[in-house]
Amino acid sequence: MEGLKRFIADFGLPRLIIAVFLFLLFAVAPFVGVSLPAAISDTLIRVGMNGIMVLAMIPMIQSGCGLNFGLSLGVIAGLLGSTISIEMGLVGLLGFLMAVLLSQGFGAAFGFGYGKLLNRVKGGEMMIATYVGFSSVMIMSIAWLVLPYKSPTMIWGFAGTGLRTTISVEGFWRHILDDFLAIQIADFKFPTGAILVFLLVALAVWAFFHLKLGTAVTAVGSNPIYAKASGISVNKMRIVSVMMSTMLGALGIVVFQQSFGFIQLYDGPLYMAFPAVAAILIGGASVNKATLTHVFLGTLLYQGILTMTPSIFNAVMKVDMSDVIRIIVSNGMILYALTRKTKVAK
Amino acid sequence: MNSKLRLFLIENAVVILFIILIAFAIPVSELPAGFLLQEILMRIGPNAFLVIALLLPIMAGMGLNFGMVLGAMAGQIGLIFITDWGIVGIPGVLLAMIISLPISVFLGWVCGSIMNLAKGREMVTGFILAFFMNGIYMIVVLYAMGSIIPILNPELLLSRGYGIRNVVGLDGVRQSLDNLIPLKFNLSFLTPPFVKVPIFCFVIVALVCLFIVWFRKTKLGQDMRAVGQDRAVADAAGIPVERTRILAIIISTALAGIGQVIFLQTMGTINTTASHEQIGMFSIAALLIGGASVTRASIPNVLIGVILFHLLFLVSPMAGKNLVGSAQLGEFFRQSVSYGVIAVALVLYEWKRQTQEHESRADLRGETEPAKKAGGAA
Repeated sequence: MEGLKRFIADFGLPRLIIAVFLFLLFAVAPFVGVSLPAAISDTLIRVGMNGIMVLAMIPMIQSGCGLNFGLSLGVIAGLLGSTISIEMGLVGLLGFLMAVLLSQGFGAAFGFGYGKLLNRVKGGEMMIATYVGFSSVMIMSIAWLVLPYKSPTMIWGFAGTGLRTTISVEGFWRHILDDFLAIQIADFKFPTGAILVFLLVALAVWAFFHLKLGTAVTAVGSNPIYAKASGISVNKMRIVSVMMSTMLGALGIVVFQQSFGFIQLYDGPLYMAFPAVAAILIGGASVNKATLTHVFLGTLLYQGILTMTPSIFNAVMKVDMSDVIRIIVSNGMILYALTRKTKVAK
Repeated sequence: MNSKLRLFLIENAVVILFIILIAFAIPVSELPAGFLLQEILMRIGPNAFLVIALLLPIMAGMGLNFGMVLGAMAGQIGLIFITDWGIVGIPGVLLAMIISLPISVFLGWVCGSIMNLAKGREMVTGFILAFFMNGIYMIVVLYAMGSIIPILNPELLLSRGYGIRNVVGLDGVRQSLDNLIPLKFNLSFLTPPFVKVPIFCFVIVALVCLFIVWFRKTKLGQDMRAVGQDRAVADAAGIPVERTRILAIIISTALAGIGQVIFLQTMGTINTTASHEQIGMFSIAALLIGGASVTRASIPNVLIGVILFHLLFLVSPMAGKNLVGSAQLGEFFRQSVSYGVIAVALVLYEWKRQTQEHESRADLRGETEPAKKAGGAA
């Protein structure tokens, strides 16, 4: 009994509820005519799609900058990368790699500026990040209209200028990772490439936090005064973490696009940060501590719920409440994290 | 330059910037003056009421109340009911307000209690809470209404038989407050020359302004200011800090509910799933454009802000169209300004707070770099 209580306290009640809920969804699936293999496959594809954006939360949480509600900045960098790559007319792996490369460049630049700003506002990062993200998305919306893109697949046909709201990457690099070494058995598909890339990036993040630089970042997050006394530049480490988060966000959206099949511009990135924030929190992260386990568990649980609720609810109650459930679960989780006492004994 | 003038310019930089921007955008938009004047007169009253709802939490040191959206939801629920029951005119508006009150007071209490759990990051908590409650609101409006909660008028319902339609027309109460005391001017030098003045809305706003002025002088108002200045000192002085903070949010949410009813009766339609979301951002942006900050906001800030915000709102799509041939660009510009002004205000506030903290620390310890409190990321 004591052990159970400990476990619940450690695991967190909301997380437990979500895990049980997801388990129930999977359990009833076969009885209401939802194909379990297809459902699991969908979940895995979505994990591959979103995983890297969830990983992007780790650096800033570890450095004490809190939840990166300004992930949209990274997303914008990714959008710039992929649109320019298409503009250059590159297809296949080359096009995808160019999109990634460019997005990393933009991500580094944006992240540097964003990190500089956040250093000026220590303690108020989260709200400011949200609104910096929102306003950059809107400023970029103006840019999408006026930037001199020429590729006919991307601009509005009748006007001849301005990018479309959604751009298909079909014929460029759609499913380039998802289909790489993919295992297909009936309606079950394992997106090997996407999962592999996700794991590789996760490994890189893990390795980074075991390097000297990564340890310094963590030190800044757990005790800035101690870090400073040991000769670590607090501001520099915070900038490193913000840059890393933004670059991961940029990579994340490019991977997302190859799976989703479309580039979403204009206000598409506006709320991109929220699912990623919710996922890592569901995985067990707090506002100032996050690990890879939190990322894996959280992405799986969150994406599982997103995949399962619409199909199950449609089958059982003939209503589509998935949107509402997504809103309540993700924001409820963020609220829980915000109101929890900040220090976690671990 | 005269130092007094310079101080004035620095303190009112935001307002001056927006006046210049709008002074440039109005002629570019080529909108007729009569139209602009009419639209502004119609919008000032209802919107000012909503923005005033933000004042008390700022006084209590809780920052911009992003949770005001909760009140707006309550107001919309009230309006949906009176539309369903077919109660028209002033009684309809009053009843909508009365229905909204218990809901908004309850939601305000929830919001205040949750914010007390997250002291020091009330804003982001309120912001997320608004999203969370939006989910609950959607369950009530899109799923429960018409199935569990009886809705008599089938025209309000979605074709599937339950849930409220996306757009609810408020023909029964449309502009009934605005037209209560009719007053029309014929200003022949304007196009169009007839300008209707919604006197009664202005009376309501004047009354709520008086209420705020009076409230600041009451015991509770003084307590709120003390809590806003320093929670620890207020607590030591025997002020129930948590209760005072909850009350500030409850009053704010209740005012937002009433404000949303007034605002929507002027607009004439409810966008069931979006009206409340927009209003939070609009009101906060308007207050900040009026020169308020996260810690200081006054009634003049409200009035100036509402006028400037709505002018910008009205002229920017047309100005964008005439300038670069795209109305969409003006719309994006307006949105980036709304978000941007909130971002800048928050940055300035944190910046100032950090500098002050830095200075007080330097005084104490002779340090040069501000040291951050452990784990204090908000």
